[in-house]
Amino acid sequence: MYPRSFHYHRAGSLKEAVSMLGQLGEGAKFLAGGQSLIPLLKLRFANPEHLVDLNFIPATSFIKEDSGALHFGAMTRHAEIEHSALARKIPVLHDCAAGIADVQVRNRGTIGGSLAEADPSGDWANALITLDTTIHCLGPDGARTIHLRDFIKDAYTTALAHDELVTAVEVKIPPKGSGGAYLAFKRSAPVYPSASAAVQLTLAGDVCRDAAIALGCVGLTAIRATEAETALRGKSLNDKTIATAAEAARAAADPQPDMRGSAEYKRQLVVALVKRAIQIAVRRARGEQVEGAHLYA
Amino acid sequence: MPETATVEKIAVNINVNGKPYSRQVEPRILLVEFLREACDLTGTHVGCDTTYCGACTVLMNGLAVKSCTMFAVQADGSEITTVEGLEKDGKLHPIQKAFGDSYGLQCGYCTPGLMLSTHQLLSENPDPSEKEIRKAIAGNTCRCTGYMNIFKAIELAGRNMKGT
Repeated sequence: MYPRSFHYHRAGSLKEAVSMLGQLGEGAKFLAGGQSLIPLLKLRFANPEHLVDLNFIPATSFIKEDSGALHFGAMTRHAEIEHSALARKIPVLHDCAAGIADVQVRNRGTIGGSLAEADPSGDWANALITLDTTIHCLGPDGARTIHLRDFIKDAYTTALAHDELVTAVEVKIPPKGSGGAYLAFKRSAPVYPSASAAVQLTLAGDVCRDAAIALGCVGLTAIRATEAETALRGKSLNDKTIATAAEAARAAADPQPDMRGSAEYKRQLVVALVKRAIQIAVRRARGEQVEGAHLYA
Repeated sequence: MPETATVEKIAVNINVNGKPYSRQVEPRILLVEFLREACDLTGTHVGCDTTYCGACTVLMNGLAVKSCTMFAVQADGSEITTVEGLEKDGKLHPIQKAFGDSYGLQCGYCTPGLMLSTHQLLSENPDPSEKEIRKAIAGNTCRCTGYMNIFKAIELAGRNMKGT
């Protein structure tokens, strides 16, 4: 399948990419890893006149720790995060990166591209919304930072201006006593999940001091299940409080029936995923090493 | 087709299986089409053409990628390995030999892609567990469903490449 013809531009720097997009106008788009965009181009759901390729810009792929946060260059591939020992400081990030699609897609797809695409079924936005995540952006007027909760506006819609791009993603390392997990249920590896859950808990003994719970693929954006969080905060964690939180997450989900399942089926998935993610998060908060794994049908 | 009136072509230099290929390509030409049509290397297959099945898997600088989900212009300056590049001096690569010896193929359509995914796996992890093999080939679909013999082939290839 061929996309519609387009003009190809190779940016040499992020600044040049921004100015190219400004000059080329509304018919131009950035091309990052391409694992979402190229399929859309081939199906002609997207028909840009110009593509500005970001893949040849040096120093846009990096993982580093600075001032209590991990910083990821926008063009850092999912596979690089999956294999990074540094990224394991926040286990949710490894859970997410290692479970996106398959090896081939993880070798190309980028964290910045995934966030800027804002696909409602994408993994990164849901995993990162439970953490203190800041998006570093660059536009014609210079750099700015946007908190992730203000960055994702709607399905496929972000706070980015047309000629603005993501340069880096900054994730605060949670305090000691905090543990998280990200779990997605997929029918097979290469497809988007049917539903996903991200959990970050801070414990003091058996009592939950703080909780963040987010649901993916069951709404136009990742949904913060605030009632589920309230059901845990200040409570001691046991089967009963966890079940109450999972039921609150079911109510917060707003899924659409599609080829991946009925709305009711997806709500049921949310309950199971939230329960399991809480259980893993609790063990990690207590200092256990737990390998999370995406679940397959 | 008015869009063919002014077809923009871009020069690309791609090293495929150790041999340089310099071609003028339209930006929209996918890497798989470049390999099959501009380089006449038809061992790389087009299956689903939607980033699912992995029949088009090749190595780009040693890493498995779906060549239906990249433009040829994006591979400019890179090293691509296709199934044709596995054999050396008339001798099958140990991965190819293991797929044959273990009957790790039925119709053979998915086989080139599977062998290249196997190549990345075994170059990073010479002794993979069954779980690691499953994860490594999760992006390659065998429509004949001959996965058990594919696992055996990958295990055998790993053993042979370690020389045990």
